Amino acid sequence: MTKSLMRANNLTAVYAADSGQDVPAVDNVTLELPEGQILGLAGESGCGKTTLGTALAMIANPPLYVVAGTLEIDGNEINLSTLPKNANQVHRPYRGETVSLLPQGAMNAISPTLRIRDLVVDVMRAHNGSVTKADALDRASDRLKMLEMPTRVLDSYAHQLSGGMKQRMVTVISTLLNPALLIADEPTSALDVSSQKALIEMLLAMVEAKIMRGVIFITHDLPVLSMVTDRLAIMYAGKVVETGRTEDLVNNARHPYTAALLSSVLDPTEDTRTKHVLGIPGSPPNLGNPPSGCRFHPRCKFAMDVCSTTEPKMLSEGDHDFACWWAKEHPRETIPMEVTHA
Amino acid sequence: MTEIVSAAVAADHSTPVLSAKDVTKTFKVAGGSITAVDNVSVDFHAGKVLAVVGESGSGKSTLARMLLRLMPVTSGTITYQGKDVTNLGGSELRRYWRDVQAVFQDPFASFNQFFSVGHMLKRSLRLAELDKGTEDQLIETCLGYVGLKSADAMHKYPHQLSGGQRQRVMIARALMMNPKVLLADEATSMLDASLRVSVLNVLQELRDNLHLTVLFITHDIGQACYLADEVVVMEHGLVVEHGTTDEVIFTPQHDYTKRLLADVPDLQGSLKTRSWEPGAPAHVPPPAKDS
Amino acid sequence: MTNISSNAVTAEAEGPLVPTDPTPGPKAKAKPAWMNLNFGPRLWVSLGIIVVIALLAFVGPLLYPYGPDEKVGSLYDAPSAAHWLGTENFGYDVVAVLMASTRNSLINGLLAGTLATVIGVGIGVVAGYIGGWLEELLMGITNIVLAIPSIVILILISMSLQSTDIPFFKGIVGLALVIGITSWPWTARAVRAQASSVSTREHIDVAKLSGARTPGILIRDVLPYLASYVVMAWVLQLASAILAESTLSMLGLGPSGTNSLGMQLHWALAFQSVATGAWWAFLPPTIVLTLISFGLLYLQSSLDEVFNPRLRRGKKKNLAAAAKRREEAARKLEEEMKAPAGVTEVIV
Repeated sequence: MTKSLMRANNLTAVYAADSGQDVPAVDNVTLELPEGQILGLAGESGCGKTTLGTALAMIANPPLYVVAGTLEIDGNEINLSTLPKNANQVHRPYRGETVSLLPQGAMNAISPTLRIRDLVVDVMRAHNGSVTKADALDRASDRLKMLEMPTRVLDSYAHQLSGGMKQRMVTVISTLLNPALLIADEPTSALDVSSQKALIEMLLAMVEAKIMRGVIFITHDLPVLSMVTDRLAIMYAGKVVETGRTEDLVNNARHPYTAALLSSVLDPTEDTRTKHVLGIPGSPPNLGNPPSGCRFHPRCKFAMDVCSTTEPKMLSEGDHDFACWWAKEHPRETIPMEVTHA
Repeated sequence: MTEIVSAAVAADHSTPVLSAKDVTKTFKVAGGSITAVDNVSVDFHAGKVLAVVGESGSGKSTLARMLLRLMPVTSGTITYQGKDVTNLGGSELRRYWRDVQAVFQDPFASFNQFFSVGHMLKRSLRLAELDKGTEDQLIETCLGYVGLKSADAMHKYPHQLSGGQRQRVMIARALMMNPKVLLADEATSMLDASLRVSVLNVLQELRDNLHLTVLFITHDIGQACYLADEVVVMEHGLVVEHGTTDEVIFTPQHDYTKRLLADVPDLQGSLKTRSWEPGAPAHVPPPAKDS
Repeated sequence: MTNISSNAVTAEAEGPLVPTDPTPGPKAKAKPAWMNLNFGPRLWVSLGIIVVIALLAFVGPLLYPYGPDEKVGSLYDAPSAAHWLGTENFGYDVVAVLMASTRNSLINGLLAGTLATVIGVGIGVVAGYIGGWLEELLMGITNIVLAIPSIVILILISMSLQSTDIPFFKGIVGLALVIGITSWPWTARAVRAQASSVSTREHIDVAKLSGARTPGILIRDVLPYLASYVVMAWVLQLASAILAESTLSMLGLGPSGTNSLGMQLHWALAFQSVATGAWWAFLPPTIVLTLISFGLLYLQSSLDEVFNPRLRRGKKKNLAAAAKRREEAARKLEEEMKAPAGVTEVIV
């Protein structure tokens, strides 16, 4: 197997509530990203995927606290729970140069009074005060040329750009410093399909050009992930329940939650025309008081007695990890999908 | 309960329930005007789901708001059951809204956060002018129809419900009015995939069992494929393609429809035909860090 | 005839409504909304000041042995055991006059501030929600009123009020009405902007589709969203109305023959209290006036904290306890991690 670029070990992050009780949004998660690959982080809203991205980018700010976990990245090992509580004090090179986060909705956060070029200069200067304006812009326009994007975009204001172009620009800007790892949170969710495709193609080109050596792509949209990622990690209620090569997860799901998510995907195909999907019964659990045992058991069609009492351990089948009692009893068996056909 | 269904079932199948003819909407903006909906004509047939598919800015939501009479048309006519409703007002408009209801995109913004679910539902029912016993019964029935229990839901405030539950309450609200036409304006786009499917299933059942006419507005052609009988594709305010779902999705004629379909990501990762191995040497030299 | 309930479809699809709270808040019991508000120390301090002054104004006169119209001495008698703050220019007890003045100033503020808020909110909400030509018209009127120098109007009207014979308008009420109808435009403009943004929310469309009429929508769907804003605007209007009344009265334009903080200052200046060193004549009303406006402005800014969740500070005691617990948990977790890391069990 290829060398690992990033490995997060036993990461736990909590939100401090006013009442004094902590709500664990990410619970003892271990995650690995091999060099040169794109890892997809998927799950429904509230599963902790954005929180995990924030913690990995080392910008957890109160009321979010990382209470445990280390991050091995690019040869360094960082204890995430002992980072300064105010994220602005975290050693700069780690942010932006080692790990760069593209937050959700970043494209709507561009100041309407600045040209894109001003944003480029600001971002470069924030990391290195001695960069001249010309150097910063040169680098940006080289980068745009390399990605076959029009350089005149640099002279535009945000409102003059389409949503797709804005999103591609913030992606380019957030990777100008050639970060080892880019964490992109829902970069495609607000975009039309054609803009989604353009962004995905650009991201693939960037990885191919080794602008960054790995990407964590966070979204709830499985078809997008299956287009762009090499590996997938599925999160449910703060835990990673299944991880492995994208093809393996898509074609051979080993956790019932993954299978349910996959069956809910509606492609414009003949199959979708005739199928009837049942969806997942119930609602995601309250993270302040999660169900005992396997957190998915109250909504799971395959739940057994043991599921409600004991938390399943991560099991491995080759390069495919999952935490499910049913899967343990049925080795190498794909979880049957909950779909009927007319 | 009986009249809920009878009227819809009795509706004539050949003539459209609701139709828009040459509807245009122009917005004035600084230094000119924008045509959001350009001369659109669409017919809605009883007991069918018609999906309007288009990307942002295609004018699909503007069309919906005009059909709902929440926004005046610039020109054109909207006909409901053979009657021109383009310029209705006052009590006539309220009577129109007894028959034509809607569910909107944002399940949180659709609620007045200061009212409980029960308060909101009962308020809506005033339009239907029922006595109290019938009201409670109807609420119970309609909440049951979307998989909610009235005892659990009635006293809840919107912030105590999940997104999916909120959207189902909104569907129940629309159903209570005993509508003949339901407009769902991106009603599923803010929901998680599994919830989305269950809301789509509700709409499907309503069409099959209550003979409800549904106008389903979406940017997601996959959802249209799952649910719709007919598909209208809009681009820049114009209808570029209109036909049965099978025709439009499996044998698209217009270039825009073809492109839209080609760009939809699918689970088998059609784009991921890479020419390199992960970890292999780069094809393009990376820009040096300190050039 | 089909019975709806016989077709209940989704019960199996999605299961029953899960009664547990989906909000991530731990044990978020259904507390009344006001209990979730954050009443910080700033709020208590400002409320304390206002309550003390209100007690002085409304309860004080009942307990104090002298009345404000009771001649107890001569010009500027120095403070003594009997008369804590001495006497003013007419020989009345300063404390008694101060209490009566404070009461009148507060009543004036309440009347004028409430009137300005009611007019401003009414015009702002209607203009912001309905829009179109009505908005143009109402905002035109608002801007005209705003453009007229209100102090000039105030002076002109209060001078004519002084010479009026209608008893109702002659006193403090008349002045309050004048202040009220000249100071609403700021509230109207601010409320219009807020109402305009609320009116684009989807719940307004839902209310329309539910058959609600415009007045009902304004009261039930627009106003509640502006409530916190309106309360804060009202508090500001109270403070500025009290100051406006004092300014006018001090200039000698207040209703003659009534007590108010401004009137007290007016007489103190007229009878040379500053020059003669009779501080007890001018200092007490100045201090009370300062305290009232400070209390109200401080209340306004602390209300911002109450209503705006972003400015809320967590309950410190809870947060400190949680931080300690977290440290403890982190230590435990670290120890666990030192145990064999082989959590992965290979089954194939």
